Amino acid sequence: MDQAVHEPVGAHAQTAHHGDGQQHPIRIYLLIWALLFVFSTFSYLVDYFQFQGYLRWTLIIVFMLIKAGFIVAIFMHMAWERLALKIAILTPPLALLILIGLMAIEGDYTFVTRLAAFAR
Amino acid sequence: MTREPTTVLEGLPGVTADWSADKQAFVVPWGKAMMWIFLLSDTFVFSCFLTSYMNVRISTTEPWPNTSEVFALQVGSQSVPLLLIAIMTMILITSSGTMAMAVNFGYRRDRKKTALLMLATAVLGLSFVGMQALEWTKLIVDEGVRPWGNPLGASQFGSTFFMITGFHGLHVSCGVIYLSVVAYRVWSGFYDRKGSYETVEVAGLYWHFVDLVWVFIFAFLYLW
Repeated sequence: MDQAVHEPVGAHAQTAHHGDGQQHPIRIYLLIWALLFVFSTFSYLVDYFQFQGYLRWTLIIVFMLIKAGFIVAIFMHMAWERLALKIAILTPPLALLILIGLMAIEGDYTFVTRLAAFAR
Repeated sequence: MTREPTTVLEGLPGVTADWSADKQAFVVPWGKAMMWIFLLSDTFVFSCFLTSYMNVRISTTEPWPNTSEVFALQVGSQSVPLLLIAIMTMILITSSGTMAMAVNFGYRRDRKKTALLMLATAVLGLSFVGMQALEWTKLIVDEGVRPWGNPLGASQFGSTFFMITGFHGLHVSCGVIYLSVVAYRVWSGFYDRKGSYETVEVAGLYWHFVDLVWVFIFAFLYLW
């Protein structure tokens, strides 16, 4: 069994070395792991203490974005990728902001229209 | 196979060189590039779901059910808000941590630890799906929530909730199968013979994405 592990991989040895690029100290993973727990607890406490209104929405979004950033940057190794890949993957979702904006306006319009129609 | 340019530029000149030169644009294994592109497309799918959820929630004239109460769990005589969801969130984060460690040990060529950590990840994922089944049962059987209506308020609640959490649950289930297959191959020494543990990292990308989507679902569907 151990033989398979220590078997020299011959022709693949060079490419294998290249594939081992994403090696980082375990400490950083444990740190991010702990921070994810902390921020998830914070998110939960927002509901537990029943914060309402803009304070609630701001806190929810801030904690959400912090957690998302940690996952993408560290766990998914995006922080260490080349800029070409970062741009190709991270900029297209920005188009979604336009969709979200349009749908929010549309939703408001539908709401007002319904109020007017149902009141009749 | 020119995977690396002779001179590797950094920053914006690097982007120009990567995209314009007569070579592979992304200096990563192809499996990783393809997984990222798939995840990008999946981002758009989930974003469309969440945006439509926002739209119907804004436009409904009926009151939205209070998720804090709907998803509360009875502990003894006390009702703790969102307890099951909090546990599910912690489980998914734990599984993301074990997956990150699996990737790390993979690159260290520690076959057994990698396989066991991936298996742990899959088991945690399975328990997540199990809890989701419990949550759905409670909602459908006890509360009478249906995709087309519910006694708690706006009928759009049921349709968006089942659609979005269902699609996420499907991703988790697929991930459990995916991770189990890769874990088995790690255990059998397949990647040692292949000479590369890249596949473990690619599987890890998928799993972290599932966790990432849950971060957004947790914020918008349960907390908002």
